[in-house]
Amino acid sequence: MAAARRRRYNLPLLIGGALVLLVAATALLAPALAPHDPTAIDPPRRLLPAGPGHLLGTDRLGRDVLSRILYGGRVAVTVGVVAVSIGAGAGTSIGLLSGYRAGRVDAILMRVIDGLMAFPSLLLAIMVVAALGPGHIQTMIAIGVVLIPVFARLSRAQTLAVRGQEFVLAARALGAKDVFIVTSHILPNIAGPLLIQATVAFSGAVLAEAALSYLGLGTQPPTPSWGGMLLEARDVLFVRPWMAIWPGVAIAATVLGWNLMGDGLRDLLDPRLRQGQR
Amino acid sequence: MPFVVRRLLAVAPTVLVVATVTFFALQVVPGDIAEIMLGVDARQEDLAQLRRELGLDRPLALRYLEWLGHLARGDLGMSVSYREPVARLILARLPVTTSVAGAAMLIAIVVALPLGVMAARRAWSVVDLAVLAGSQAGLAVPAFWMGILLILGLAAALPIFPLQGYVALSKNPIEWGRHLFLPALALGTERAAALVRLSRAATLDELHRDYVRTARSKGLVEAYVVRRHVLRNALIPVLTVAGLQLGYLMGGAIVIEQVFGLPGLGRLLLHGIFSRDLLIVQGVVITIAIMFALLNLLVDLLYAVVDPRITYD
Repeated sequence: MAAARRRRYNLPLLIGGALVLLVAATALLAPALAPHDPTAIDPPRRLLPAGPGHLLGTDRLGRDVLSRILYGGRVAVTVGVVAVSIGAGAGTSIGLLSGYRAGRVDAILMRVIDGLMAFPSLLLAIMVVAALGPGHIQTMIAIGVVLIPVFARLSRAQTLAVRGQEFVLAARALGAKDVFIVTSHILPNIAGPLLIQATVAFSGAVLAEAALSYLGLGTQPPTPSWGGMLLEARDVLFVRPWMAIWPGVAIAATVLGWNLMGDGLRDLLDPRLRQGQR
Repeated sequence: MPFVVRRLLAVAPTVLVVATVTFFALQVVPGDIAEIMLGVDARQEDLAQLRRELGLDRPLALRYLEWLGHLARGDLGMSVSYREPVARLILARLPVTTSVAGAAMLIAIVVALPLGVMAARRAWSVVDLAVLAGSQAGLAVPAFWMGILLILGLAAALPIFPLQGYVALSKNPIEWGRHLFLPALALGTERAAALVRLSRAATLDELHRDYVRTARSKGLVEAYVVRRHVLRNALIPVLTVAGLQLGYLMGGAIVIEQVFGLPGLGRLLLHGIFSRDLLIVQGVVITIAIMFALLNLLVDLLYAVVDPRITYD
């Protein structure tokens, strides 16, 4: 009964989509919504508790916590979009090439991908940041690199599954060029699983950015980022515990939204799950 | 050739690729490595000496081969900031990181397995939906934030668990456990959230198989069917993923060490990055990556113990 209800309404997609929309909208409208400048330092008003002037209080430098969380959403969304674009773009291209060409190209590319997969993902991101230096752009590149192997593996497997199908053979018989076959016939047919992967990757990117910024390797102050705010809250943890709560809530809500949306999309796009064969 | 030997040989290329990626990622950094490590204000003599020590005056390919040779002998070079061999620095901190990761995995399995089985046995009931919702929430909470929440909620209210620091197992096992519990719980909760979904799905899959129906029709008690038949089969995918996640936990431990002030590999790695001691960064990265590869090997070998149907010879 509950299963049937779940399928009819696709609750994960609804809740996840609503959370994602909320985070995206607040990030986009941060300049209009934020009551204060997120980087404006005001020492006399430091560590104020929540009140009418500052709904979530102020930090050690007197900056408005709510404004910083709203602007932190911009950082999270930007990192998510850019990192997933790098990972999905490069990874899918490698996977399509590998799966379509097969043979030696496939063998070489997959060994490189295996090499990248041999690192725990956060460690790989830290290594890339260590090489490039800490910073916002470096973080996006690092997380993008970490995401490449997953998209490459997935798109390769999907390409291998469809490359021998009749519509591909027909296109080839009609004299279509390889690039056209891959982009116009194969890619649209493997887009579903890649889309689901992209939602999961997005939440992974938000988590990774928060972790890197918490370590002091990601987005650098004074730019507000949720992970960076948690790092700043460490010194005043027992004085102003809420400073360590709100940025975490923002991270969790964003990740939960993308994860639920991924689950919902999977329910929607995977015909096996639609028939209830769980 | 026995499977163990074949599998060990298959690890070798992975280790080589990992070593190569690590070497080139940190050697082909933009700018002069000696200047990066000592800073732009360093004296010319010091820069020249470090260049000689690191072999920067020799071709990259030659340095790479030499580095591989040293790596094979366990020589990871000399740290510029500590003036100590990097391998010794790593060995001193390795037990901290492995303790945190191992304890976190243990907590994750102990929490996830019973919850997953319970949820599967009552599929789509209130209990099941609560477990599923809990796992979604657990997946969304970053481990380091969970650590902060535990410090705020548990450690401050219950002074049983220390907020910071570490005591070696060899010095005092009870203190070791006390210091390890909160970091392991923070790290383990996130993994438990992932494992609970998997153990639920694996159990659900097994519960509908013919052999379970046969066992039930023989009149066996349900708890016995689950324990003796279902669990043993459901354990295989759970164990696989748990093994793979141990490597992930080694990565996660880097952040958790920072939250709880644990003197492990993560803190050494960060020290290496911030003090621009690239040999430390290289050493820690390669150590964790090689351990990750070896853990995957161990998982493969453990299959045979869990599932007697799998034979390797």
